[in-house]
Amino acid sequence: MIDPSVLVAGYEVPPFRRTTGFHNWNRYAAVNSEFVDIHMDDSAGQAAGFPGAVGMGNLTLAWLHAMFREWLGAQGRLVSLSGQFRSPALKGDTITCSAVVTSVSATDDRTRVELDVAAKNERGETLLPGKATVVLPRAVR
Amino acid sequence: MAGSAVTDEMRSLIGEPLETLVSYPIDRSDIRRWALAVHYPEEPPRQFWDEEWSASSEWGGLVAPDEFNPFAWSVQERRRPDVAPVEVDRVYLMAGATEQLLGVAPPDLIHGLNGGIEVIYGDALMRPGDVITSTASISEYSERQGRLGLMLFTTTDQRWTNQVGEHVKTQRLTLIRY
Repeated sequence: MIDPSVLVAGYEVPPFRRTTGFHNWNRYAAVNSEFVDIHMDDSAGQAAGFPGAVGMGNLTLAWLHAMFREWLGAQGRLVSLSGQFRSPALKGDTITCSAVVTSVSATDDRTRVELDVAAKNERGETLLPGKATVVLPRAVR
Repeated sequence: MAGSAVTDEMRSLIGEPLETLVSYPIDRSDIRRWALAVHYPEEPPRQFWDEEWSASSEWGGLVAPDEFNPFAWSVQERRRPDVAPVEVDRVYLMAGATEQLLGVAPPDLIHGLNGGIEVIYGDALMRPGDVITSTASISEYSERQGRLGLMLFTTTDQRWTNQVGEHVKTQRLTLIRY
C-alpha cells in the first residue's frame, strides 16, 4: 500500500528494470505484430547505424507503464504519460524505468501526482524521457 | 509564415477523420499473452490473467494493461474517408505522410522522425469482450527552424472508445518532418 504522506516532490517510484534482447523483443513482437527488420536482425540494425538489432520504443513505453502498475496496484491510476523516443535499447542493455515526483496537489477526495519519468540504460543514457500524471485513489469502470 | 510547408489544403484537414479502426472483441488470451510478454521474465500482475482472483478484487474482473493494443495483427473493420487518395512518391510515405489519404498533397519534406507520444487515459479500462474503436485525425501542425532546416511537427490524435462510447484513451503522436 502506498502511504500518501510519502508523496512529496523528490519521491522516487520503485524502478522497473529489464535486460533487453531477443527473448523479450520476440515476445513483444509476437503480441504487438511488430516485425521490423531492425528488431529482428543484427545486420539490419547495423545497416541503420547500430551495433546490432535494437529494441522497440513501444516496449520501453510498456515498461514505463509496468513500473506504474506495479507501484500503484489498484490504489491509483495512470492518467497520462508522454515521452520522446531518443535512442533505442541495444541487445544486452539493462534498462531502468524510473519516475520522480515533481508536484502533488490534493483535492477533497483525490491526490494528483506529477512525475518526471525516464528509461535509461546502464551507461546512464536516457532512451525515453517524459512526464506522467497519476491520481489516487483510482476511479475506473 | 514565410517559407511555410503547411498549405491551406493541409490546414483544412485538421480534425478530419483520417482512419477509423474497429477491433475484434478483446480475447482473454490476448490480454494474458500481452502481459506475459511485457513483464517477462517475471509474472505479470494477477488482474491480467487470474479470472477468479480478479473477479473478487477491486478490479472487478480481468482487465487489459493500459498499453494493450487491440488492433495488433488484424482488425474487424478499417474505414477510410470516401476521398480519392493522391498518388505520391514512396519517399513521402517513408517520411510518414498521411495527407494524401485525404486527397491532399503532402509537404515536400522527405525525412521523418518519431517526435514522441502522449497518452491520456480515460475512465474506462479495456476488458475481455470489449470492442475498441480508434479514430485518428491530424490535430495540429506547427513549424520551426532547426539545425536540419524547416521542421514540421504534425500531431495526430488517435481517440479510442469502447462499445458503449466510453473514452479509453487518446494517443497523440508527433511526427517531425524535415
